[in-house]
Amino acid sequence: MDKKKSFLVILSETRFLHILLSIILGFVVGAFFLVIMGLSVGDAYGRLLSSVTSVKGFSYVVVYAIPYIVTGLSVAFSFKTGVFNIGAEGQFVMGSMAAAVVGILLGDLPKFVLIPLCFLAAMAVGALWGIIVALLKTKRGINEVLSMIMFNWIAFYLSNFIAGIPAIHSDGTAEATKNISANASTLLSKDFISQYKLCPTANWGILVAIVLTVVVWLIIDKTTLGYRLKAVGFNKSAAEYGGINVNRSILTALAISGALAGLGGALQLMGMGSRISVFSSQEGFGFAGIVVALMGCSNPFGVLAAGLFYGALIYGGSKLNLVGAPTQLVNVIVGTVVLFIAISVIFERIKYIQPRGRRKAAAVQEGKEESK
Amino acid sequence: MSKEFVDLNTPVIEMRDIVKKFGDFVANDGINLTVHKGEIHAILGENGAGKSTLMNQLYGLLKPTSGQILVNGKAIEMSNPRDAINAGIGMVHQHFMLIQPFTVTENIVLGTEPRKGITLDMAEARKNVQEISERYGLSIDPDAKIEDISVGMQQRVEILKALYRGADILILDEPTSSLTPQEIEDLIGIMRNLTRDGKSIILITHKLKEIKESADFCTIIRQGKYIATVDVEQVDENELASMMVGRNVSFKVNKPDQTPGDVVLDVKDLHCKDYRDVEVVKGLNLQVRRGEIVGIAGIDGNGQTELVEVITGLRKGTSGQVLVNGVDVFNKPPRFGFDHGVSSIPADRQKHGLVLDFTIEDNLILQNYGEEPYSRHAIFNRPAIFSHATESIENFDIRPRNSEKRTAGTLSGGNQQKVIIAREVQNDKDLLIAVNPTRGLDVGAIEYVHEYIVEQRNKGKAVLLVSFELDEIMSLSDVIGVIFDGQIVSSIPGKEANENDLGLMMAGGKKNG
Repeated sequence: MDKKKSFLVILSETRFLHILLSIILGFVVGAFFLVIMGLSVGDAYGRLLSSVTSVKGFSYVVVYAIPYIVTGLSVAFSFKTGVFNIGAEGQFVMGSMAAAVVGILLGDLPKFVLIPLCFLAAMAVGALWGIIVALLKTKRGINEVLSMIMFNWIAFYLSNFIAGIPAIHSDGTAEATKNISANASTLLSKDFISQYKLCPTANWGILVAIVLTVVVWLIIDKTTLGYRLKAVGFNKSAAEYGGINVNRSILTALAISGALAGLGGALQLMGMGSRISVFSSQEGFGFAGIVVALMGCSNPFGVLAAGLFYGALIYGGSKLNLVGAPTQLVNVIVGTVVLFIAISVIFERIKYIQPRGRRKAAAVQEGKEESK
Repeated sequence: MSKEFVDLNTPVIEMRDIVKKFGDFVANDGINLTVHKGEIHAILGENGAGKSTLMNQLYGLLKPTSGQILVNGKAIEMSNPRDAINAGIGMVHQHFMLIQPFTVTENIVLGTEPRKGITLDMAEARKNVQEISERYGLSIDPDAKIEDISVGMQQRVEILKALYRGADILILDEPTSSLTPQEIEDLIGIMRNLTRDGKSIILITHKLKEIKESADFCTIIRQGKYIATVDVEQVDENELASMMVGRNVSFKVNKPDQTPGDVVLDVKDLHCKDYRDVEVVKGLNLQVRRGEIVGIAGIDGNGQTELVEVITGLRKGTSGQVLVNGVDVFNKPPRFGFDHGVSSIPADRQKHGLVLDFTIEDNLILQNYGEEPYSRHAIFNRPAIFSHATESIENFDIRPRNSEKRTAGTLSGGNQQKVIIAREVQNDKDLLIAVNPTRGLDVGAIEYVHEYIVEQRNKGKAVLLVSFELDEIMSLSDVIGVIFDGQIVSSIPGKEANENDLGLMMAGGKKNG
């Protein structure tokens, strides 16, 4: 029975305690490296903590966290529905570019029209990126993980290509797009920012992220759509037997997941960036979404918390050089956390491949409970 | 049986007062078992009664908490199966442990291969295998690959594997669960050959008929407790069953006569191919009317699986018609069939019947999650789903109670089947298809499932029953259709059927009707 669980399902259910333990171990390993480098653990971690606990610092954390939360939701949603959206990276890039194109070309539209339009464009393109992969999977049987990784690169080069189109490309010397219209910006007003001493890129994207969190939770837990998608994710054969259209479900799941990642790209652009540079390497927001989804146990609210935590690490990590510690320490911590989460998944699995005798015992135990 | 080969003066296995605890749970509570030389000894008990726990202790997989195990009169302690093998005990598991791409010989000698220097001496191995297989009448092709031979042959390989390792005492765990009636007969013959040669056999089963046919003695275990050891000749099946479940069990299905009504399912000239692209259903015709159970008897692989898959929409056929109440559901998606009156209890309950990671309440609405009161405008109404589950659990005796929010994977096989039956019966469709509905279930659960199937028929539903259990087909069906080579080769009233005729027809022996 349980042994039939797919790896993805186990991944999405890894328990909170394991996550917490993994995070602690991540910091322990980080401390180990600090000691090797002859640095003070207290100084480094103290700096990490202090830089994210001020009002301004925390506003940075929130702003940093927005794209991670949204791509995390995207990946978590895919975990719950039995596909692995490793293509959030490409969907993020495409969504971001779609929002940029709309924000540049239709910049004269009023704010309340332009912003929703940018969001919609980003979601549509992100969804499209997911749908193409889903079609390749359902019509041609091509493994979605492989095609998504390739589509990430297609997105990467397509984005660079679009950035070079004269109508989009910066008028100046910068290797980037034009700035999007101020009407497409989600930044808070200058007065508000200075009044509350927030960071200069403080924006209301976080509200969108919170709304998305609730929406994803509602879809997964409260709607028939979520039920269908989960049924396909957990057991394709039974879902089909029960009359659920499996291919359409996979399509829907990847479209929603892609739309989320695409919207993440738009939020990042409209809040933080205002323009898209020509990439020299993948930015990794989508890949970070995988980490965030894992740390959040694929639970939408868990993802919200994990996204903030990840944002704090990234922002706090950028201040580490002030105490002489390398910024990369954060990568060590994050890498270790993910490693330990993955190991805890293996421990979950080991339960299912325990010696025959013990498994029998468990089965007998179960039988006893049932006959009570 | 006749006990002609039993040497009552030579006990080979004595398990004395075996207690096995897992934490607070007592899986075996003072069990005694004595097996003599040349004896076939059945261990009978419901699922979870503690049969396997007991055998695992005899095979060195588990250590008894207390009690003694004597082999050939000597007390021994076993800490792993190797000790058991050295003591002359061999075990054939229910699920075979064979390497599919290897030949019969390679599988049998695996781990104890004869060598010539550093290379394998396959000629020697082959000779040895042939020798034992002849000695015990287990004829087999030593060069065939496992993946190419039938389940019955694979079982022979498992038995030979144990014999090759010098086993004098064989434990057979549910050996007939996947065999055809003919293969079962062969197996019983093999068992007798082995006992004639002085081997002893312990047979774990919950099939009473086979015990009557093959065993000399039978030890009954119920809820971990030793109930009795009986001389099989002196008890009948009913007595065995009531000792096993602790109450009277009725094998007679109460089925009033009734005249069938309109045709609900009408399959016309159906053709379809299997996964290998070979035509397996070849112009099949079949009708099921209201208020009747049509049983499909046949040896696995004659097209019955594909027939059901086409009717339920899981497989595309090549040509033909499948009319349900006059609507053609041929090559339509499963949902279409469901909407037009098809419900089914699938053969593989864990693969097709349930989403094991879903809760029971969610499994109970697998088809009608989108309907009121369970949801409105695509939003779930959780209280309605919950109370539907509570009602189903109560009405269909799903155990444990209050399990609405438990995942289906935590239930026992019998209770998983009850969840499916609860769902399909409550769907209240005109046609109910049941495929091997009692596979792997124990007597109590079988009785229950049969009652529900007959009740559907009595209510005027059309029931199509596909089963490899001839007894089940014969006791439930109003009409029995024998499927052979992709066609219904004969159709006889259930009352007139007998096992021999059916068996012959299933093997393509004769056509009538």
